[in-house]
Amino acid sequence: MEIRRQGDALELSELDPFLAELLRQIPDSTDTDGAKSAEERIFSAPANEKELRDEWKAYVQPELRRLFRTATETVSADLKPLNGSSKPFANCTLRIPVKNAEAWLNTLNQARLVIASKYGFTEAELSDHYRSPIGSRRDLSLFQVNFYGFLQEFILQEMHADEASSA
Amino acid sequence: MSCEPVAGAAELVLMRNNSGVSAGLLVRPKAAIADAPTIEHETKEKQDLDLPWQVIVHNDPVNLMSYVTMVFQKVFGFTREKAETHMLEVHRQGRSIVWSGMRERAELYVQQLHGYLLLATLERVN
Repeated sequence: MEIRRQGDALELSELDPFLAELLRQIPDSTDTDGAKSAEERIFSAPANEKELRDEWKAYVQPELRRLFRTATETVSADLKPLNGSSKPFANCTLRIPVKNAEAWLNTLNQARLVIASKYGFTEAELSDHYRSPIGSRRDLSLFQVNFYGFLQEFILQEMHADEASSA
Repeated sequence: MSCEPVAGAAELVLMRNNSGVSAGLLVRPKAAIADAPTIEHETKEKQDLDLPWQVIVHNDPVNLMSYVTMVFQKVFGFTREKAETHMLEVHRQGRSIVWSGMRERAELYVQQLHGYLLLATLERVN
Protein backbone atom coordinates (compact mmCIF):
# COMPACT_ATOMS: atom_id res chain seq x y z
CA MET A 1 0.00 0.00 0.00
CA GLU A 2 1.14 3.51 -0.77
CA ILE A 3 -0.26 6.58 0.88
CA ARG A 4 0.36 10.13 -0.23
CA ARG A 5 -1.15 13.55 -0.66
CA GLN A 6 -2.52 14.21 -4.14
CA GLY A 7 -3.88 17.75 -4.42
CA ASP A 8 -7.02 18.05 -2.32
CA ALA A 9 -7.13 14.36 -1.47
CA LEU A 10 -5.21 11.74 0.46
CA GLU A 11 -4.61 8.81 -1.83
CA LEU A 12 -4.26 5.22 -0.68
CA SER A 13 -3.07 3.24 -3.67
CA GLU A 14 -1.91 -0.33 -4.24
CA LEU A 15 -4.45 -1.46 -1.68
CA ASP A 16 -4.44 -5.23 -1.54
CA PRO A 17 -7.77 -7.01 -0.89
CA PHE A 18 -6.95 -7.57 2.79
CA LEU A 19 -6.30 -3.90 3.57
CA ALA A 20 -9.23 -2.85 1.37
CA GLU A 21 -11.44 -5.12 3.46
CA LEU A 22 -10.12 -3.58 6.70
CA LEU A 23 -10.97 -0.15 5.31
CA ARG A 24 -14.48 -1.31 4.35
CA GLN A 25 -14.93 -2.47 7.93
CA ILE A 26 -14.27 0.95 9.48
CA PRO A 27 -17.92 2.09 9.69
CA ASP A 28 -19.17 -1.24 11.06
CA SER A 29 -16.33 -1.30 13.58
CA THR A 30 -17.72 1.82 15.25
CA ASP A 31 -20.83 -0.13 16.25
CA THR A 32 -20.66 -1.03 19.93
CA ASP A 33 -23.12 -3.91 19.34
CA GLY A 34 -24.45 -3.16 22.78
CA ALA A 35 -21.12 -4.12 24.39
CA LYS A 36 -21.23 -2.32 27.72
CA SER A 37 -17.49 -1.66 27.94
CA ALA A 38 -17.43 -0.10 24.46
CA GLU A 39 -20.57 1.94 25.09
CA GLU A 40 -19.13 3.24 28.37
CA ARG A 41 -15.89 4.20 26.67
CA ILE A 42 -17.50 6.03 23.74
CA PHE A 43 -19.93 7.83 26.04
CA SER A 44 -17.71 8.26 29.07
CA ALA A 45 -18.95 9.88 32.28
CA PRO A 46 -18.30 13.63 32.59
CA ALA A 47 -18.09 13.66 36.40
CA ASN A 48 -18.73 11.69 39.57
CA GLU A 49 -21.92 13.57 40.50
CA LYS A 50 -24.99 11.54 39.66
CA GLU A 51 -27.06 14.61 38.84
CA LEU A 52 -24.57 15.79 36.26
CA ARG A 53 -24.24 12.31 34.78
CA ASP A 54 -28.01 12.04 34.39
CA GLU A 55 -28.20 15.46 32.74
CA TRP A 56 -25.35 14.49 30.45
CA LYS A 57 -27.10 11.31 29.41
CA ALA A 58 -30.30 13.18 28.66
CA TYR A 59 -28.96 16.22 26.84
CA VAL A 60 -25.35 15.75 25.73
CA GLN A 61 -25.20 12.09 24.69
CA PRO A 62 -27.82 12.47 21.93
CA GLU A 63 -25.71 15.31 20.49
CA LEU A 64 -22.57 13.19 20.64
CA ARG A 65 -24.38 10.29 18.96
CA ARG A 66 -25.40 12.58 16.13
CA LEU A 67 -21.85 13.90 15.79
CA PHE A 68 -20.37 10.39 15.64
CA ARG A 69 -23.02 9.17 13.21
CA THR A 70 -22.43 12.11 10.85
CA ALA A 71 -18.68 11.44 10.82
CA THR A 72 -19.26 7.73 10.16
CA GLU A 73 -21.65 8.49 7.30
CA THR A 74 -19.03 10.74 5.68
CA VAL A 75 -16.47 7.94 5.86
CA SER A 76 -18.97 5.39 4.51
CA ALA A 77 -19.60 7.65 1.51
CA ASP A 78 -15.84 8.02 0.87
CA LEU A 79 -15.44 4.24 1.03
CA LYS A 80 -18.09 3.53 -1.60
CA PRO A 81 -15.55 3.20 -4.45
CA LEU A 82 -14.16 0.15 -2.65
CA ASN A 83 -17.50 -1.63 -2.87
CA GLY A 84 -18.64 -3.58 -5.87
CA SER A 85 -15.30 -3.74 -7.63
CA SER A 86 -15.43 -5.75 -10.85
CA LYS A 87 -12.06 -7.25 -9.90
CA PRO A 88 -12.44 -8.14 -6.23
CA PHE A 89 -8.91 -9.52 -5.87
CA ALA A 90 -7.11 -6.72 -7.68
CA ASN A 91 -5.30 -3.92 -5.89
CA CYS A 92 -7.28 -0.71 -5.77
CA THR A 93 -7.00 2.98 -4.88
CA LEU A 94 -8.99 5.07 -2.44
CA ARG A 95 -9.15 8.86 -2.43
CA ILE A 96 -10.09 10.67 0.77
CA PRO A 97 -10.98 14.35 0.28
CA VAL A 98 -8.91 16.51 2.65
CA LYS A 99 -12.11 18.33 3.70
CA ASN A 100 -13.26 15.06 5.24
CA ALA A 101 -10.07 14.57 7.26
CA GLU A 102 -11.71 15.42 10.61
CA ALA A 103 -14.57 12.99 9.97
CA TRP A 104 -12.00 10.29 9.20
CA LEU A 105 -10.00 11.02 12.35
CA ASN A 106 -13.15 10.84 14.44
CA THR A 107 -14.46 7.65 12.85
CA LEU A 108 -11.10 5.91 13.00
CA ASN A 109 -10.87 6.82 16.67
CA GLN A 110 -14.38 5.50 17.32
CA ALA A 111 -13.48 2.24 15.60
CA ARG A 112 -10.18 1.86 17.48
CA LEU A 113 -11.78 2.57 20.86
CA VAL A 114 -14.69 0.21 20.26
CA ILE A 115 -12.45 -2.65 19.10
CA ALA A 116 -9.97 -2.10 21.94
CA SER A 117 -12.80 -2.01 24.50
CA LYS A 118 -14.42 -5.18 23.17
CA TYR A 119 -11.13 -7.11 23.30
CA GLY A 120 -9.79 -5.42 26.41
CA PHE A 121 -6.36 -4.79 24.89
CA THR A 122 -3.70 -3.85 27.40
CA GLU A 123 -1.37 -0.88 27.03
CA ALA A 124 1.49 -3.32 26.39
CA GLU A 125 -0.41 -5.00 23.56
CA LEU A 126 -1.30 -1.67 22.01
CA SER A 127 2.35 -0.57 22.14
CA ASP A 128 3.64 -3.78 20.57
CA HIS A 129 3.96 -2.96 16.89
CA TYR A 130 6.18 -5.96 16.18
CA ARG A 131 3.66 -8.60 17.13
CA SER A 132 3.95 -12.02 15.57
CA PRO A 133 1.77 -12.88 12.52
CA ILE A 134 -1.99 -12.85 12.86
CA GLY A 135 -3.10 -16.16 14.31
CA SER A 136 -6.43 -15.39 15.92
CA ARG A 137 -9.40 -13.04 15.76
CA ARG A 138 -7.84 -11.12 18.63
CA ASP A 139 -4.57 -10.70 16.71
CA LEU A 140 -6.51 -9.51 13.68
CA SER A 141 -8.39 -6.96 15.78
CA LEU A 142 -5.14 -5.67 17.24
CA PHE A 143 -3.73 -5.33 13.75
CA GLN A 144 -6.91 -3.47 12.77
CA VAL A 145 -6.46 -1.03 15.70
CA ASN A 146 -2.84 -0.41 14.68
CA PHE A 147 -3.67 -0.05 10.98
CA TYR A 148 -6.37 2.51 11.74
CA GLY A 149 -3.90 4.28 14.03
CA PHE A 150 -1.39 4.42 11.18
CA LEU A 151 -4.03 6.08 8.98
CA GLN A 152 -4.79 8.57 11.74
CA GLU A 153 -1.09 9.44 12.02
CA PHE A 154 -0.87 10.08 8.30
CA ILE A 155 -3.99 12.26 8.25
CA LEU A 156 -2.70 14.23 11.24
CA GLN A 157 0.65 14.79 9.54
CA GLU A 158 -1.10 16.11 6.45
CA MET A 159 -3.36 18.40 8.49
CA HIS A 160 -0.35 19.71 10.37
CA ALA A 161 1.51 20.31 7.11
CA ASP A 162 -1.52 22.22 5.79
CA GLU A 163 -1.62 24.43 8.89
CA ALA A 164 2.12 25.08 8.71
CA SER A 165 1.93 26.09 5.05
CA SER A 166 -1.05 28.40 5.58
CA ALA A 167 0.51 30.08 8.66
CA MET B 1 -30.70 64.54 44.78
CA SER B 2 -31.77 65.14 48.41
CA CYS B 3 -30.47 63.47 51.54
CA GLU B 4 -33.40 63.41 53.94
CA PRO B 5 -33.62 61.00 56.84
CA VAL B 6 -35.90 58.08 56.20
CA ALA B 7 -38.26 56.39 58.59
CA GLY B 8 -36.99 52.89 58.74
CA ALA B 9 -33.77 51.16 58.16
CA ALA B 10 -31.55 51.52 55.23
CA GLU B 11 -28.97 49.07 54.16
CA LEU B 12 -26.34 49.07 51.52
CA VAL B 13 -27.02 46.32 49.05
CA LEU B 14 -24.57 44.93 46.60
CA MET B 15 -26.13 43.53 43.50
CA ARG B 16 -24.43 41.51 40.84
CA ASN B 17 -25.57 41.81 37.28
CA ASN B 18 -24.18 41.09 33.84
CA SER B 19 -22.04 44.21 33.76
CA GLY B 20 -20.54 43.75 37.19
CA VAL B 21 -21.42 44.69 40.75
CA SER B 22 -23.52 47.73 41.62
CA ALA B 23 -24.42 49.18 45.00
CA GLY B 24 -27.70 50.70 46.10
CA LEU B 25 -29.62 51.78 49.19
CA LEU B 26 -32.54 49.59 50.09
CA VAL B 27 -35.00 51.24 52.47
CA ARG B 28 -37.38 49.10 54.44
CA PRO B 29 -40.00 50.32 57.00
CA LYS B 30 -39.12 49.58 60.62
CA ALA B 31 -42.28 47.59 61.20
CA ALA B 32 -41.60 45.42 58.28
CA ILE B 33 -38.17 44.63 59.63
CA ALA B 34 -39.41 43.86 63.12
CA ASP B 35 -42.33 41.66 62.14
CA ALA B 36 -41.23 39.92 59.05
CA PRO B 37 -39.89 36.44 59.50
CA THR B 38 -36.36 35.87 58.36
CA ILE B 39 -36.38 34.05 55.08
CA GLU B 40 -33.16 32.47 54.05
CA HIS B 41 -33.13 31.60 50.42
CA GLU B 42 -31.27 28.57 49.25
CA THR B 43 -28.32 29.94 47.32
CA LYS B 44 -26.31 26.78 46.97
CA GLU B 45 -26.96 26.43 43.27
CA LYS B 46 -25.75 29.94 42.53
CA GLN B 47 -22.66 29.36 44.65
CA ASP B 48 -22.02 26.10 42.80
CA LEU B 49 -22.03 27.95 39.53
CA ASP B 50 -19.58 30.54 40.83
CA LEU B 51 -17.02 28.14 42.22
CA PRO B 52 -14.17 27.31 39.90
CA TRP B 53 -14.19 23.95 38.17
CA GLN B 54 -11.41 22.04 36.48
CA VAL B 55 -11.41 20.20 33.19
CA ILE B 56 -9.27 17.10 33.50
CA VAL B 57 -8.12 14.84 30.69
CA HIS B 58 -7.29 11.26 31.62
CA ASN B 59 -4.92 8.85 29.94
CA ASP B 60 -6.22 6.40 27.39
CA PRO B 61 -3.64 4.17 25.70
CA VAL B 62 -5.74 3.93 22.53
CA ASN B 63 -5.72 7.63 21.72
CA LEU B 64 -2.63 8.61 19.76
CA MET B 65 -0.34 11.21 21.31
CA SER B 66 -0.42 13.29 18.12
CA TYR B 67 -4.22 13.10 18.09
CA VAL B 68 -4.50 14.31 21.70
CA THR B 69 -2.13 17.19 20.91
CA MET B 70 -4.25 18.19 17.91
CA VAL B 71 -7.44 18.10 20.01
CA PHE B 72 -5.93 20.37 22.70
CA GLN B 73 -4.92 22.85 20.02
CA LYS B 74 -8.39 22.82 18.43
CA VAL B 75 -10.46 22.96 21.62
CA PHE B 76 -8.40 25.32 23.77
CA GLY B 77 -6.39 27.16 21.12
CA PHE B 78 -3.15 26.04 22.78
CA THR B 79 0.14 26.47 20.96
CA ARG B 80 1.63 23.19 19.79
CA GLU B 81 4.21 23.36 22.60
CA LYS B 82 1.61 23.89 25.31
CA ALA B 83 -0.64 21.21 23.84
CA GLU B 84 2.28 18.75 23.83
CA THR B 85 3.14 19.61 27.44
CA HIS B 86 -0.39 18.74 28.56
CA MET B 87 -0.46 15.65 26.35
CA LEU B 88 2.77 14.40 27.91
CA GLU B 89 1.40 15.10 31.38
CA VAL B 90 -1.63 12.96 30.55
CA HIS B 91 0.63 10.24 29.16
CA ARG B 92 3.12 10.19 32.05
CA GLN B 93 0.99 11.11 35.06
CA GLY B 94 -2.34 9.73 33.93
CA ARG B 95 -4.13 13.07 33.92
CA SER B 96 -3.72 16.75 33.26
CA ILE B 97 -5.75 19.77 34.31
CA VAL B 98 -6.22 21.53 31.02
CA TRP B 99 -8.56 24.34 32.04
CA SER B 100 -10.24 25.82 35.10
CA GLY B 101 -13.00 28.36 35.46
CA MET B 102 -16.78 28.63 35.51
CA ARG B 103 -18.80 25.47 35.47
CA GLU B 104 -20.86 26.25 32.38
CA ARG B 105 -17.77 26.72 30.24
CA ALA B 106 -16.09 23.70 31.78
CA GLU B 107 -19.08 21.59 30.75
CA LEU B 108 -18.83 22.93 27.23
CA TYR B 109 -15.14 22.02 27.03
CA VAL B 110 -15.77 18.52 28.36
CA GLN B 111 -18.52 18.08 25.78
CA GLN B 112 -16.11 19.14 23.03
CA LEU B 113 -13.42 16.78 24.32
CA HIS B 114 -15.92 13.92 24.42
CA GLY B 115 -16.80 14.82 20.83
CA TYR B 116 -13.17 14.00 20.02
CA LEU B 117 -13.48 10.85 22.18
CA LEU B 118 -10.99 11.93 24.83
CA LEU B 119 -11.53 10.80 28.40
CA ALA B 120 -12.37 14.09 30.10
CA THR B 121 -14.12 15.00 33.32
CA LEU B 122 -14.95 18.14 35.23
CA GLU B 123 -14.26 18.47 38.93
CA ARG B 124 -14.87 21.19 41.44
CA VAL B 125 -11.73 22.92 42.70
CA ASN B 126 -11.26 22.19 46.39
